[in-house]
Amino acid sequence: MADLSVNIAGVQFNNPIIAASGTIGFGHEYSEFYPLSVFGGISCKGTTLKERLGNPPPRIAETPMGMLNAVGLQNPGVEHFIENDLPWLKQQNTVVIANVAGSTQEDYCRMVEILSDTDIDMVELNISCPNVKEGGVQFGTSCESVGAITKAVRKYCKKPLIIKLSPNVSDIASIAKAAESEGADAVSLINTLTGMRIDINTRKPIIKNITGGMSGPAVFPVAVRMVWQVKKAVSIPVIGMGGITTWKDAVEMMIAGADAIQIGTALFTDPYSPVKIADGLNKYLDDHNMKSVTELTNTVIV
Amino acid sequence: MKFDAQDCELVFKKQLTNTIYDLRLKNKSLAEITKPGQFVQILVPSKTLRRPISVCDVENDTIRLVFEIRGEGTQILSETKVGEFINIIAPLGNGFDIAPDKKTIFIGGGIGVPPMLYSAKQCGKNATVINGFRNQKAVILEEDFKSFAGNVIITTDDGSYGIHGFVTQPLQEYIKNADMVCACGPMPMLKNISKIAKENNIPCQISLEQRMACGVGACLGCAVAVLDENGSQTYKHVCKDGPVFNSEEVVF
Repeated sequence: MADLSVNIAGVQFNNPIIAASGTIGFGHEYSEFYPLSVFGGISCKGTTLKERLGNPPPRIAETPMGMLNAVGLQNPGVEHFIENDLPWLKQQNTVVIANVAGSTQEDYCRMVEILSDTDIDMVELNISCPNVKEGGVQFGTSCESVGAITKAVRKYCKKPLIIKLSPNVSDIASIAKAAESEGADAVSLINTLTGMRIDINTRKPIIKNITGGMSGPAVFPVAVRMVWQVKKAVSIPVIGMGGITTWKDAVEMMIAGADAIQIGTALFTDPYSPVKIADGLNKYLDDHNMKSVTELTNTVIV
Repeated sequence: MKFDAQDCELVFKKQLTNTIYDLRLKNKSLAEITKPGQFVQILVPSKTLRRPISVCDVENDTIRLVFEIRGEGTQILSETKVGEFINIIAPLGNGFDIAPDKKTIFIGGGIGVPPMLYSAKQCGKNATVINGFRNQKAVILEEDFKSFAGNVIITTDDGSYGIHGFVTQPLQEYIKNADMVCACGPMPMLKNISKIAKENNIPCQISLEQRMACGVGACLGCAVAVLDENGSQTYKHVCKDGPVFNSEEVVF
């Protein structure tokens, strides 16, 4: 058995597999399948300062080997999360990451200030949600805006800070560098790709929000490319995600440059995918005489 | 265990109409905890999202699913062969709240009929069943309901079988002697049933569907608009809060 543990920005993970924000809520439902310690970490549902009701339905559409969603950051608000979910999550023997979203820079700063005084292990700044009118991705699409929000939040954030990047940009490596230079401890990528589907009979978009964020196996090659580009550009840890479904995808993403990975949509197809990915990673490492999963990271031969 | 993802052997398959299939899946541990009105999330090979399908019936250690081919996913599902295994997450959702000794009217419209079978069975002779279909060719499960229910009424939109018209016509008559209404079917039908139930001051439970992803309440994809206790609109989720809702809370 190889060592699957990884250290991201000073935080020790039992394995490199993290549940992606928005796909597992605050963990309660999936703990019905297995102990949440099957995950190295859990990135909680994107949380805002005040409760958000989310977008009108339908919020989901299937795509070839993937899906669109426009949930719109429905969440009970940060105080509710801290009181009702965090104490339980902290007992699950997994790294707990708060995913923070906001409409204004002040919102983001206030959120991380509040979370800095809790037991949360890390903060993931969501500046890449494509499904809300204000905030979200508007902070994440230029080097200037990413640099500015990272700098502002950094002042209030006493926890290791991950910046979650949008793929809906022309040069993701430069954006990752901007986050790094303003004090990010790690970057995670990719959030969803903005997409759209239309019902050909009604000619109406399937999703009420018209557009949604695309995820699932179909986006995996895009994610691998972007993780590879970002890894070359920064020296902080890179958390890779986007369509990882099998242990082979996890291996590939780490070879491309990921220090850890997140899985999301794969949970919908197979709730047991994190267990299978961990088993597959272990076997792959044994078969290749590798002692630690960290030996895989950034080993692509080009 | 509240629910789990497990493989089930397909032990029986029958085509009921041009587009409707009857599958029976063997899995003792999931079957014995499945309640009327709950649903399963079926893994379809090559598809990212599972297909949510309501439980039609539970017999011993098998879960019976009667579903309609609506697209590629359900087409692939219909091609599963007896002896092959299908992975389901089950049982999901809340199900109907049924009192077997209460006179209950169970109403199904089209592919909303199957979920009413196991539900109506709980009431036996106290169940009055009203099932509506487009035409005679679309009629399913009539004998299954007749085997236990106190009364089974069929309506067809074109009058080719049973009563010519919609389920709401016989409902107007039978609701006078009922304690409860449970229904599943198209939204316009559920809206009209809810209106009639409210006019007669009879509680009404309706089973809804929505495009769904996780099926367990984590992703918040399958939202439906409802009224909260203060009368303001909010969202609940079909997979965890439903699929069965009190008709008075649903915003049509």
